[in-house]
Amino acid sequence: MNIMTEQSLENAVGDKMNAKSNEVIKMRGDKVGVFYGEKQALFDVNLDVRLNQVTALIGPSGCGKSTFLRCLNRMNDTIDSARVTGKITLDQEDIYDKSIDVVELRARVGMVFQKPNPFPKSIYENVAYGPRIHGLAKRKADMDQIVESSLKKAAIWNEVKDRLHEPGTGLSGGQQQRLCIARAIAVSPEVILMDEPCSALDPIATARVEELIDELRQNYTIVIVTHSMQQAARVSQRTAMFHLGYLVEEGATDKMFTNPDDKRTQDYITGRFG
Amino acid sequence: MGEHHTVASFDEDLGAISKLISDMGDLARSMVAGSTRALLNSDNALAQRVVSDDAIMDARQRELDDRAITLIAKRQPMANDLRAVVGSIRMAGDLERIGDLAKNIAKRVGTVGLSVTPRDLSHSIDGMAQLVLIQVQGVIEEYAAADAAALAKLRNDDERIDVKYTSVFRELLTYMMEDPRNITACTHLLFCAKNLERIGDHVTNIAENAYYVLTGQQLPANRPKLDETAMSAPA
Repeated sequence: MNIMTEQSLENAVGDKMNAKSNEVIKMRGDKVGVFYGEKQALFDVNLDVRLNQVTALIGPSGCGKSTFLRCLNRMNDTIDSARVTGKITLDQEDIYDKSIDVVELRARVGMVFQKPNPFPKSIYENVAYGPRIHGLAKRKADMDQIVESSLKKAAIWNEVKDRLHEPGTGLSGGQQQRLCIARAIAVSPEVILMDEPCSALDPIATARVEELIDELRQNYTIVIVTHSMQQAARVSQRTAMFHLGYLVEEGATDKMFTNPDDKRTQDYITGRFG
Repeated sequence: MGEHHTVASFDEDLGAISKLISDMGDLARSMVAGSTRALLNSDNALAQRVVSDDAIMDARQRELDDRAITLIAKRQPMANDLRAVVGSIRMAGDLERIGDLAKNIAKRVGTVGLSVTPRDLSHSIDGMAQLVLIQVQGVIEEYAAADAAALAKLRNDDERIDVKYTSVFRELLTYMMEDPRNITACTHLLFCAKNLERIGDHVTNIAENAYYVLTGQQLPANRPKLDETAMSAPA
């Protein structure tokens, strides 16, 4: 009887902690605006990214969703004319603060792009590159370990373990994308940004990546831009809808796809736009 | 942005489903009206028509199912479209059942008519049938008019049918006790009353579904209910 009570107490505490972790804000955008030269691409976006959840950003082309995603690891810094206003925090720390090392930030907030873009190097080197420049492995054995575990987490280990020293570009599109995810994971990021990670993949490779996203969610926080409404509905817990540079609506994915509040969201997800 | 889908044939597919629901609704209304009139007037010809209409109802439901499944496979509808398609499948199921129940009533017409003058035994069934008909008609009209508030009210109005059913039950019981020769006719009429009461329940389901399709919200699970028959009638 005592054991039962202790166990149920433990469960109750566990549930409470889970419920709490859902509430933890990993990243927060506060009145984020982006200008490309004179043109404003993003207006006053307030959006929270929750810990260990998948947040999907949806909206028609040119709505600002990729622009917002690229703000989260300062990828917009690479565009000369781009200017970001407002505030973005990672664990309550301003990522645009002068004291922030952008290289280190991008290790904490990794990115996977639309088209798989492995380096023209071996599969092994593709994954080892990040940890090496960040000095994460002292000995070869450590590096081997990082490479193996990253490839395993990206669900591609079994397919490549016997040809680690062959070029990454020789893999199929879906395998290349999972290799890129392994590469992003290798530096132990906290947040993974994905910009249409499946748009160049066939349905089977897409299903593998979606399954992977679900697994990765246990350990990482994920923000994904996707043009596939079904994909957003399948993989995410939260969905944010952008339109013409504004955040239109953000909410639980289940509700967004069955009963959205905003007419623009409804028109977009039901295919009535434009 | 607007009322129309970018893909026009999507609108056509949804329109075809909505037309089928409206056709099935009209058919259900005419079957319920026909079967009760046939019962009260001992009109065998009319009863026959209701029975044959049921085949049309079944065919419509099968067509709607096919179209809805194909639409889901082809278009992956979302939000209000998804609710409309899934809601239509469910409403079609209820309309088809209403057709079945009307047919059941129609099939008894010959049997009841042969015994005694059913008119004299069925005063309160007449009233009950009117209530049911108003409900069937109402739910079709309010859904077409997209009036969610009216649908919520209509759902609660089913209570009046239930109360009426109780009084029909008591009345028929009285006739049977008065004169055992009435037992056959009254038993048939009792089944008819039960069928009418079930039609009311399906109308309630349709109203709940329609409300969800229109608003995305579920009506509360329990509507106010006075179960007067519980003590005196079989369920």
